[in-house]
Amino acid sequence: MKSISLPLDDKTIEGLKAGDRVLISGTMYVARDAAHKKGIPVDLKGQTLFYAGPTPGRPIGSIGPTTSSRMDPFTVPLLQKGLKGMIGKGARSAEVKAAVKKFKAIYFAATGGAAALLGRTVKKAETVAYPELGPEAVLKLEVADFPAIVAYDARGGDAFEEGIGKYRLND
Amino acid sequence: MPEIAAAKITETVCALCRQANYELGDDVLEALDHALSIEESENGRETIRELISNAAIAKKEKLPICQDTGLVVVFVELGQEVKITGGTLDEAVNEGVSRAYKDLRKSVVNDPFIRENTNDNTPAIVHLSLVTGDRIKIGVLPKGGGAENASSLKMFLPTASKEEVIKYVVDCVRTSGPKACPPLIVGIGIGGNFDHCAYLAKKALTRRVKQNHSNHDIAQMEKRLLEEINRTGIGPMGLGGRVTALAVHIETHPCHIAALPVAVNMECHAHRHREATI
Repeated sequence: MKSISLPLDDKTIEGLKAGDRVLISGTMYVARDAAHKKGIPVDLKGQTLFYAGPTPGRPIGSIGPTTSSRMDPFTVPLLQKGLKGMIGKGARSAEVKAAVKKFKAIYFAATGGAAALLGRTVKKAETVAYPELGPEAVLKLEVADFPAIVAYDARGGDAFEEGIGKYRLND
Repeated sequence: MPEIAAAKITETVCALCRQANYELGDDVLEALDHALSIEESENGRETIRELISNAAIAKKEKLPICQDTGLVVVFVELGQEVKITGGTLDEAVNEGVSRAYKDLRKSVVNDPFIRENTNDNTPAIVHLSLVTGDRIKIGVLPKGGGAENASSLKMFLPTASKEEVIKYVVDCVRTSGPKACPPLIVGIGIGGNFDHCAYLAKKALTRRVKQNHSNHDIAQMEKRLLEEINRTGIGPMGLGGRVTALAVHIETHPCHIAALPVAVNMECHAHRHREATI
């Protein structure tokens, strides 16, 4: 288990390999479907986006990853502008996977449905845009030891493909 | 005619929604324990351990198991001798959902295109059936969006074989399962018509997890499907492993001579189902 800090620097990104388990600490932004469609009004250069919509609570209730592929149509331009990390669940489109490699970023997968456990790692939460969207508002979080796994690394590694390939028994 | 107050229905729905969201059922916990004992992938095992620990934290701290506290599906079996007083069934159910979701995430928008949050997680989807007797059985199934999105339906030719249906279900899991938060519970409706087979697939999820169908042939098909699904290698959270599904439940119904409808309703491991009889 590696401990890493946000925002991600190039050296950290280079040292991460698909399948690595990590504990993430630092600042990340939360945005999901509606905010991606409207446009995320935050400078995401060097930042990490967590695809999620929390339950009410202080500093937050339960929070866990939502299906990342729904954000795929909006993701390549964000990587182009310097987004360095994404946290969600499930595989992404071929375009996003290629862009993660091209722009030297990292896609982390967190455990979907482990939201009470993940919520405990959130130390501070602040709404930074679209409060009217309720659970789809854009938030800024401070987390400590948020558990995740490197799903796509900056060299093209893919923990889903590698993992499923190892255990698949039928065609 | 026995009377049941609408307020009692509201109270029951509210309590069931809360219990479902804060306390994972013992059937799911048992299935997760079993999954941990057979999972070979270290990432898979770690994921299952997280889920078991998450359920304990949620219960102890009264936190939702999953942040997606779902669109509430309510199954009402209304005894035909019952008279509901002081309001309609529909209002009573939705008032119960609205009360329960004050502290839970509101995940419902008013219109597929306008998409404004209704701010109280209503309306619920209500399936009503009239039964004999003088009681009301209420089941709630708060259903997360990610797993629901991974569901599908196919109208097979009536001459299709069981093998073709099995292949279709396994393909559905292979294509959409990884993003539906595996290990999954796969609800399957076979027969009926276009809408009824989808209802059956959902209804199949309300059976106690891992309890096979009472009909031997259907139970055999459930076992076979579970085996095939677990041979896909998808594993917990799609990271590879032996346990892609915890259970497969099938419900069937007579159908038209020209048809063989099949619906697959995916359910994540955060399977929240609670019921009560009033």
